[in-house]
Amino acid sequence: MSDLNKLTIAAARDGLRKGDFTSAELTETCLVAIEAAGALNAWCHKTPEKAREMAAAADKRIAAGDAPAMCGIPLGIKDLFCTRDVPSQAASRILDGFLPQYESTVTQNLWDAGAVMLGKLSMDEFAMGSSNESACYGPVVNPWKVDDRQLTPGGSSGGSAAAVAADLCLAATGTDTGGSIRQPAAFTGTVGLKPTYGRVSRWGVIAFASSLDQAGPMTKTVRDAAIMLGAMASVDAKDSTSAERAVPDYEAALTGDIRGRRIGIPREYRMEGMSDEIDALWHKAAEMLRDAGAEVVDITLPHTKYALPAYYVIAPAEASSNLARYDGVRYGRRARLGAGDGVVEMYEKTRAEGFGPEVQRRVMIGTYVLSAGFYDAYYNRARKVRALIKRDFDQVFADGIDAILTPATPSAAFGLGEMSGKDPVEMYLNDVFTVTVNLAGLPGISVPVGLDRQGLPLGMQLIGRPWDEGGLLNLAQSLESAAGFTAKPSRWW
Amino acid sequence: MAITEDEARKVAHLARIAVKDADLPALAQELNGILHFMEQLNEVDVEGVQPMTGVEPMRLKRRQDIVTDGEMQDLILKNAPDAREGFFAVPKVVE
Repeated sequence: MSDLNKLTIAAARDGLRKGDFTSAELTETCLVAIEAAGALNAWCHKTPEKAREMAAAADKRIAAGDAPAMCGIPLGIKDLFCTRDVPSQAASRILDGFLPQYESTVTQNLWDAGAVMLGKLSMDEFAMGSSNESACYGPVVNPWKVDDRQLTPGGSSGGSAAAVAADLCLAATGTDTGGSIRQPAAFTGTVGLKPTYGRVSRWGVIAFASSLDQAGPMTKTVRDAAIMLGAMASVDAKDSTSAERAVPDYEAALTGDIRGRRIGIPREYRMEGMSDEIDALWHKAAEMLRDAGAEVVDITLPHTKYALPAYYVIAPAEASSNLARYDGVRYGRRARLGAGDGVVEMYEKTRAEGFGPEVQRRVMIGTYVLSAGFYDAYYNRARKVRALIKRDFDQVFADGIDAILTPATPSAAFGLGEMSGKDPVEMYLNDVFTVTVNLAGLPGISVPVGLDRQGLPLGMQLIGRPWDEGGLLNLAQSLESAAGFTAKPSRWW
Repeated sequence: MAITEDEARKVAHLARIAVKDADLPALAQELNGILHFMEQLNEVDVEGVQPMTGVEPMRLKRRQDIVTDGEMQDLILKNAPDAREGFFAVPKVVE
């Protein structure tokens, strides 16, 4: 029973219900795996005692016979979720020592379903980044390794992706503002789902860009993503953008039948300089869906090219407003002040030493594009372009397209440090295939489909119609089984 | 539009982030690089397009204007770097 940590949620659920093992045993194997994986630096706050208590409580529920699917399943939680009395600091120095006195809706939903918290997972500071190198805890290392280099697990949910890929937990929560679930999932050979905006409550999730942020599951399989989304999603009075829609049974949507589904291949996603390997895999994935009975259709999303620049106006603008609350007054860190320093010096020093360089950059860009004289030229124009990007999607869905197939990332995982010192815009290009989905509020999922020549995982993205997570997951599972991706990183840590 | 050192100083101050004078030229250059990237948006014809405010055409939720929560001063002050006598404490604001 030493390998219980390698189970999927679905297999662990079945095993727990049959009494093959207990949540206490399952949780213990994860705790042991976590202790042995210090080299990955995925966990920033471990909660073993809490995990053991929660597992014992879950075992009682399971024994009583009416436990929900997530009962007794050990999870990792991204550091962006506020968890009561457990450090929750968005991987930022400015939230040093912050202990939330409340629980985010998503984590509360998971605990209500009986899930077990193993601890908090590292991420890019305030979810701003694609490599996990901006975490105040130091970079997370990808468990995949093909040479001497240490690779990034992607970002911002890099700790979550690394922990799932290395079997340190059965699944993890992530959040996705521009690709922060899907890109790390693609870099680690795992599954990452960003739900439709409004499907999952944002309450208690530290805000980055409120009109784009959405939490979702990061799992080993598509079935697990369906199970976990069902437990995370809810209608929440505490989030005014939470949709008033009942949560369907997503696992029941996995029928395996995708005959007649129409899959769009957007020509604008065939980027200049895209690697031939990714292009070939994209073709192969389309073939797999066609072989399973779907119809593959060429489509056009003409404003795709403008998604990244629009995103890098809108997201920093919202971030500059959201991050105004970190001022050294109510929570977190306050800078040491000099004699005669007033309240403005307190704000400026606190924020200068509390925020890392990328966060400072985005807050300042956001401040600039919202400032008098530039609001129309940048911010309003970006919001108009956003409307056009959404209209592109509305049109293809109106034409009968059920889902869109694209690569998840422009490359496989790159080496830690390889992007440092480069133009920040180059890092932003990592999000080129994923930001459109956030701008339009759509559901998107990254599924591992193959390995590149070096032996690193590559993912494909499926984009669904709003609120059609069920149909999207069904397509994703079809792709998953056709691709038969079973590779795992070999253990070096 | 290019950001000068002076404008970089102004933006940093508006954002309430202390930046040393010596770091302003590099900051201005970085911000200019990002703004240059954004200028692609000028190629798009946005005539007559309404700025998008939300992805779902839904009306903001309304609720009864009544108190539903509260009486938790100690919890709210618990994380304050400096709290005294039931208040958040800050350096002198008004001379």
